[in-house]
Amino acid sequence: MDWGTLQAVLGGVNKHSTSIGKIWLTVLFIFRIMILVVAAERVWGDEQQDFVCNTLQPGCKNVCYDHFFPISHIRLWALQLIFVSTPALLVAMHVAYRRHEKKRRFRNGEKINIEELKNEKIHIRGPLWWTYTCSIFFRIIFEAVFMYVFYYMYDGYQMPRLVKCDAWPCPNTVDCFVSRPTEKTMFTIFMLAVSGICMMLNLAELCYLVIKIFLKRSRKTTVLK
Amino acid sequence: MNWAGLYAVLSGVNRHSTAIGRIWLSVIFIFRIMVLVVAAESVWGDEKSAFTCNTQQPGCNSVCYDHFFPISHIRLWALQLILVTTPALLVAMHVAYQQHQEKKLLVMTGHGDAKHLEEVKKHKMRIAGSLWWTYVCSVVFRLLFEAVFMYLFYMIYPGYQMVRLVKCEAYPCPNTVDCFVSRPTEKTIFTVFMLVTSSVCIVLNMAELVYLVVRACARRGHHNSNPSSAKGSFYGHKLSSEYKQNEINQLLTEQDGSLKDMLRRNPSLQEKGDRCSAC
Repeated sequence: MDWGTLQAVLGGVNKHSTSIGKIWLTVLFIFRIMILVVAAERVWGDEQQDFVCNTLQPGCKNVCYDHFFPISHIRLWALQLIFVSTPALLVAMHVAYRRHEKKRRFRNGEKINIEELKNEKIHIRGPLWWTYTCSIFFRIIFEAVFMYVFYYMYDGYQMPRLVKCDAWPCPNTVDCFVSRPTEKTMFTIFMLAVSGICMMLNLAELCYLVIKIFLKRSRKTTVLK
Repeated sequence: MNWAGLYAVLSGVNRHSTAIGRIWLSVIFIFRIMVLVVAAESVWGDEKSAFTCNTQQPGCNSVCYDHFFPISHIRLWALQLILVTTPALLVAMHVAYQQHQEKKLLVMTGHGDAKHLEEVKKHKMRIAGSLWWTYVCSVVFRLLFEAVFMYLFYMIYPGYQMVRLVKCEAYPCPNTVDCFVSRPTEKTIFTVFMLVTSSVCIVLNMAELVYLVVRACARRGHHNSNPSSAKGSFYGHKLSSEYKQNEINQLLTEQDGSLKDMLRRNPSLQEKGDRCSAC
């Protein structure tokens, strides 16, 4: 079970998304998951090994590393991506439930073509509209929460070059040097920017859905008149 | 055979699960197996190489690591996930057996053409009768395994928190030696995360158990008030327009020489023999 399987699972959801939703999914997979796997993981690969402290005291390096990096950027991004992509499964479950209802009606006598049912695109209306809107809302919330967690944990988005550590068993204050700080800062800013773009896409999709429903409602009231 | 293989095997079971069962399966695969593979494994990756002891004594490092970490969290979680997902295979086997029986019956009644046999494979089995018991057993086993592993974790690593420092005095370490664990905070965060998802899975399993029991009792109540309602089997529904109901019952009794057979012949015994199995 890895990113490939997640892509397979979410690829199915793609069929029932809006166009903005499809763009969002593409950005997620290509500019975030793929970059994480092919590039970012290598940059952070030697984060603990090459974290060097100016002391011979055994254990000081471990303690200082743990103090300044409670959870690695890579793991935070992995969790962020998992949480941000899962609300789409709510939509997939709702679509599957609707199809199941249609199949049940077919079994009770109504004539529906089963093959067509499988390939049919379900329109985002009624309770599905609410499920879809909730999923987008959750996506936005998760993105914002993780961006805040990053900011809070690492005091901004820049990777420091040097940290001064005085946790036991380090003697007095010890200088510790982070491995590849500039490259890490670049990738942090890149992932932040793409995260911002994804949030904008989600907000745009939310506005699109709300405007569409209002237009539909106003068209209905004018037709009724 | 890796996690992807397990996913392929269990996706088939998904079709015959309840809605709660499907949610449980999604939680297992996305929030536990996937997090284990993409995140947790790299946190514990250097657990031994970065385990540092304040001594130059050869062998002390290995002995202390082995003493304080008899089995790594990652391996325990992998075992837990495998044992927790395997009871679902009991259900898969039972469904396969029932489908085999249905195919045999179709061939016997002269409907053994490819189209009907394909339909047997595709239709969703109702969780009723003996399948209900198998399904309930599998949920009970899942709950048991989850609880056992959570207890095991607590016993081996008290408090679910990863210690920063361990004081070791096993031979060959001289006197007492300070040993420092690598990434204790990150490990604690992931331990708590996996614990929370494990609890969520336990709650889902309990909810599913309650749902199954309530549904079976409701079905039994409905059945008592309306004993002539059709049985839930696929061929009963499909062929009832072509055969009379008693002919289907005869075919059923030939296949199943159990209490069901006796009850059908003697409806007066139904009240005495009725169980909460919605059969």
